[in-house]
Amino acid sequence: MADPVTKHPTLIEGARASRTSIALKFLMAVSGLVFVGFVLGHMYGNLKAFAGHDAFNEYAHHLRELGEPMLPHEGFLWIMRVGLLVALVVHVWAAVALWRRAQKARPIKYVVKKHTGAIPASRLMRTGGLTILIFLVWHLINFTIGKVNVQGGETDDPYNLLVDTFDVWWMTLIYLAAMAMLGAHLHHGVWSACQTLGITGTAQSRARAKTLSLALAIVIAGGFSLVPIAVLAGIID
Amino acid sequence: MTDMPDTTLTSDTSHDEPTAGEYDDAAGYYTLGDPIQDAKAPAGPIADRWQTRKFEARLVNPANRRKLSIIIVGTGLAGGAAAATLGEAGYNVKSFCYQDSARRAHSIAAQGGINAAKNYKEDGDSVHRLFYDTVKGGDYRSRESNVYRLAEVSVNIIDQCVAQGVPFAREYGGLLDNRSFGGVQVSRTFYARGQTGQQLLIGAYQAMERQVAAGTVEEFTRHEMLEVIVADGRARGIIARDMVTGEIETHLADVVVLASGGYGNVFYLSTNAMGSNVTAAWRAHRKGAYMANPCYTQIHPTCIPVSGEHQSKLTLMSESLRNDGRIWVPKKKEDCTKDPRDIPEEDRDYYLERIYPSFGNLVPRDIASRQAKNVCDEGRGVGPLVGDFRRGVYLDFADAIKRLGEDAVREKYDNLFDMYERITGENPYQVPMRIYPAVHYVMGGLWVDYDLQSTIPGLFVTGEANFSDHGANRLGASALMQGLADGYFVLPHTIRDYLSEGPFEKIDESHEAVVEARKSVEDRVAKLLSINGTRSVDSYHKELGHIMWEYCGMERTAEGLRKAIDMIRELRADFWTNVKVLGAADTLNQSLEKAGRVADFFELGELMCIDALNRRESCGGHFRAESQTEDGEALRHDDEFAYVAAWEFTEGDEPPVLHKEDLVYTAIEMKQRSYK
Amino acid sequence: MTDGMNLTLNIWRQTGPDDKGSIHSYQVEGISSDMSFLEMLDVLNEQLNARGEEPIAFDSDCREGICGMCSLMINGEAHGPEVTTTCQLHMRSFKDGDTITIEPWRASAFPVIKDLVVDRGALDRIIQSGGYISANTGSAPEANSVPVPRDKAMRAFNVATCIGCGACVAACPNGSASLFVGAKITHLGELPQGQPERYSRVVDMVGQHDHEGFGGCTNIGECAAACPKEIPLDVISQLNKDLRTALKQGH
Ligand SMILES: Cc1cc2nc3c(=O)[nH]c(=O)nc-3n(C[C@H](O)[C@H](O)[C@H](O)COP(=O)(O)OP(=O)(O)OC[C@H]3O[C@@H](n4cnc5c(N)ncnc54)[C@H](O)[C@@H]3O)c2cc1C
Ligand code: HEM
Ligand code: SF4
Ligand code: FES
Repeated sequence: MADPVTKHPTLIEGARASRTSIALKFLMAVSGLVFVGFVLGHMYGNLKAFAGHDAFNEYAHHLRELGEPMLPHEGFLWIMRVGLLVALVVHVWAAVALWRRAQKARPIKYVVKKHTGAIPASRLMRTGGLTILIFLVWHLINFTIGKVNVQGGETDDPYNLLVDTFDVWWMTLIYLAAMAMLGAHLHHGVWSACQTLGITGTAQSRARAKTLSLALAIVIAGGFSLVPIAVLAGIID
Repeated sequence: MTDMPDTTLTSDTSHDEPTAGEYDDAAGYYTLGDPIQDAKAPAGPIADRWQTRKFEARLVNPANRRKLSIIIVGTGLAGGAAAATLGEAGYNVKSFCYQDSARRAHSIAAQGGINAAKNYKEDGDSVHRLFYDTVKGGDYRSRESNVYRLAEVSVNIIDQCVAQGVPFAREYGGLLDNRSFGGVQVSRTFYARGQTGQQLLIGAYQAMERQVAAGTVEEFTRHEMLEVIVADGRARGIIARDMVTGEIETHLADVVVLASGGYGNVFYLSTNAMGSNVTAAWRAHRKGAYMANPCYTQIHPTCIPVSGEHQSKLTLMSESLRNDGRIWVPKKKEDCTKDPRDIPEEDRDYYLERIYPSFGNLVPRDIASRQAKNVCDEGRGVGPLVGDFRRGVYLDFADAIKRLGEDAVREKYDNLFDMYERITGENPYQVPMRIYPAVHYVMGGLWVDYDLQSTIPGLFVTGEANFSDHGANRLGASALMQGLADGYFVLPHTIRDYLSEGPFEKIDESHEAVVEARKSVEDRVAKLLSINGTRSVDSYHKELGHIMWEYCGMERTAEGLRKAIDMIRELRADFWTNVKVLGAADTLNQSLEKAGRVADFFELGELMCIDALNRRESCGGHFRAESQTEDGEALRHDDEFAYVAAWEFTEGDEPPVLHKEDLVYTAIEMKQRSYK
Repeated sequence: MTDGMNLTLNIWRQTGPDDKGSIHSYQVEGISSDMSFLEMLDVLNEQLNARGEEPIAFDSDCREGICGMCSLMINGEAHGPEVTTTCQLHMRSFKDGDTITIEPWRASAFPVIKDLVVDRGALDRIIQSGGYISANTGSAPEANSVPVPRDKAMRAFNVATCIGCGACVAACPNGSASLFVGAKITHLGELPQGQPERYSRVVDMVGQHDHEGFGGCTNIGECAAACPKEIPLDVISQLNKDLRTALKQGH
């Protein structure tokens, strides 16, 4: 094994697949896809708002009971929360690591730089990710942890909290802006995850991944936006 | 498909000896030295010679190899392959190139393919046939034992390259494809689309980089060799300039290999890379290595014409274009500026079809080139005026498009047509292409024996830099073969024999030969920077190129050559008093690099003219107007010139010394070619 | 040449690796549209030389789009506005009165040597760390003893056309060399001869890539758009896939 003659010559000793920048990318992709799964489910729940007060609250309540009696009360929810938190930490950590690598890789910027070949969303990933992160904090304060009702109304009725929130135009605006960012993030992110996972080895599969990416971005960003718009428009009240 | 061999298109006619012997055109320009008696090829039947030599070459104990150091200048096919192989064997190799990476050597530009006598098509090819074609293609001016060996190892080259992952073209069954090149009647050219040279070079480069990682090869990129160190009668190292820091470095070794490529840039415009130079070879020549047949130059007929004074280099297009394109110029001078599509059929002169009815547009390279020059010199060239003439002829696909349909033409030539359009801005599907000959390859180079050793012991020369295998004319797809044969399969054996005598006595930087070599380099750099005259290096280079092209190009005459020699001498003297090289010695300085190269081109150019003047015969790429048949075809004089002209450098104003190596053919009979 | 173009050139000048460098402005006149971009710079250099100013250093060698030596960032695009190398770009892609900004490749792994010339040794070192098939001279089996399916051979060839110019790095907002690495991984990985070292190769090459200070890829695609040889993004997918397999196999 350790025969020095047949040893494969290489410059850096002991390179490990797990320590490469690509491994970081795997983490990004997997955690990102966890989010995609989550937001799809979340969106489905949100859309229940169109079915009316009771159906929506029933759903919110049901989430807490999911898996009982195998799981304790709110068990599923906590598994979800912990899973998402881990994914978030991993995703953000890897994003920051890659970001810093990129900064270091080009310390001197171009005087003139065009971005031929890039879709705008691809260059928005970092600021977009940050925006989503800030929004997420606000969103959790708003609906989950803090339960802040900006209209001062009741907070322990999820449906009412939702309606009260989006009745305020600027709350809807913040929400919609965040969804636009999310859409952009997914427009590039889903394709990027496919590429990172190495499933886009041909021109066709690449085209397919791009379509999927765009479709998911529209469905998710659009799906989330329907509820607040409907509230503001008075369709849901 | 770049290259088209000459001879396979020919029908042989026996040749009546012309009267010769009464001329010595170069009298006064040279002195005659002793003939070269022995090129060291083993005796015996030609097919056994290489086996014999390999067996007789002494061995070097693997444990000793680490202690033996080899300098290799050049990372093209010849140098890269040698560095990889010698590194694998365990020698201590230092590799030099002037580019920023070994992968950029000019071998990368070869398009067409590489020959090998694999006989995969079962069409009658064999080592002997490849050998025969190569000698005949070289117009019987190459050394037969070297050529035979080349043909013999050609088959191993393909095996080696495939094992390295060179992506050759393949058939549907997954086996290697090959094609017949130009008019060759057997299929023996292996290719990787139009990028064969690139793929072969990357194979060699990767093999060499592997050895860099393994620690056997040390790379010195952006280093230009400026002097060879000859100590106690042996080549023991080089002086190189680090082109980034400007530092003059001494590198010592037990043996030195030059694989520095061709010197076609003496013509300023050629298909060579901007940095291609003769400096490495010329410095060795000045230290005692003979320069052989410097006048043998290959001029390629299908290049994209010069578009104006600014032109910095020429681009080759595959010669396969001549299979379907028809070459013509207007009959009348006044039509030359017209839109070619408006010139009626009866006013066009399809001159090749007219002069050579049986071969037509497929005449060999040198004939096609020479005739193009003739019609342009008559004032019937087309395209932009460059100097006094329009330098271009039409290569017209209108008939082919009518006959085969545009799609079929597109399928065959699309990438070439694209390349043409990118460079000229004209669409060849609509307007006839314009082509013109350009300098492409030099058959001449440093003289080497069968072992590829020059006349300086311990200085080996491989690839285009030596003279050994192509005689007066190189067959298409044979240069790549030679570079890799030399590097992978020949040099490692012959150098071993030399190294078995080593390690040689240690020398250090205080050795007088080292001190002298270093000082001469430093002085030269200082001199070039201090002249501070009025003319740029490029302007001198252009003027030299112009002289060479006019008088030592496709057609040479005694009178023209003498004139050229005078002009070159004058220009060289002017250069050394009036060139303007700005910048400093201790940084990257591209003007300084160019100045050093051009300075050597002057000396080479003069020797090329003297060699051409001496060789009062026409053979291969060398056409002397004084030696042609009544029909204007090349005429060899085997009785007088069946020798290699090996030139020895002399100091001061002494004329160079000519040593003749007689060419003796035991396995082949000499014949004169004919195309009518 | 009275009818040629007049141009303003904003060119990065830097006397050496330690100099800070800055953009200088030059005028050239009478530029013919048949000139190549580099011939236009030759003209400028002749003018500079004549007036005693040191000519601008830039790299080029083959000037026919194959050696990969030329390397200019032209108006914010690596190798300029066409899909080709700098040396094959012609002035007919520009018009009279244009302002052209010319900068060196920018990446910490490609330090500037002088003016527009950078050091791309990092790419060689990536190859050294595994971009080869170990096959000592003389040890090769008969070439046709291992057939290679034609489509695989074609794909290997297509990606083996990479000229190592570094435009992908120059264009990439992350300064990543993934397209270059992916091209080599795909070339060697498609061939039967490349299988024995396939997974150690990818780990070593990516390890070296990271070590050289290139950025991580985020699949933006500016590299493929800048690549003069049109190496497709598939190769990065292939690179990731091979690394994933290597990870699984414990490399
Ligand atoms: C456009 C074109 C197309 C061609 N097509 C074909 C073809 O289809 N088939 C074929 O068989 N042949 C072809 N040829 C010919 C063939 O490519 C060359 O003859 C061959 O590749 C030369 O290889 P080489 O290794 O001897 O030299 P090169 O590849 O030229 O390498 C020379 C090396 O020497 C180095 N060097 C030179 N001078 C110095 C110095 N002073 N100091 C340090 N280093 C130095 C360079 O850096 C370089 O690494 C073609 C040639 C051209 C120009
Ligand atoms: C919480 C804040 C978030 C931050 C800071 C963030 C940041 C980033 C960044 C910088 C990238 C680009 C890196 C790359 O392309 O490799 C990225 C990729 C990605 N993100 Fe996010 N993101 C966040 C949230 C989300 C969410 C909520 C989702 C899902 C809905 C998501 C899904 C993805 C996906 C799928 C990728 C692609 C991974 C890949 O390239 O392989 N991200 N994220
Ligand atoms: S992948 Fe393309 S851009 Fe990158 S180095 Fe290779 S040829 Fe240049
Ligand atoms: S100079 Fe060789 S690719 Fe441009």
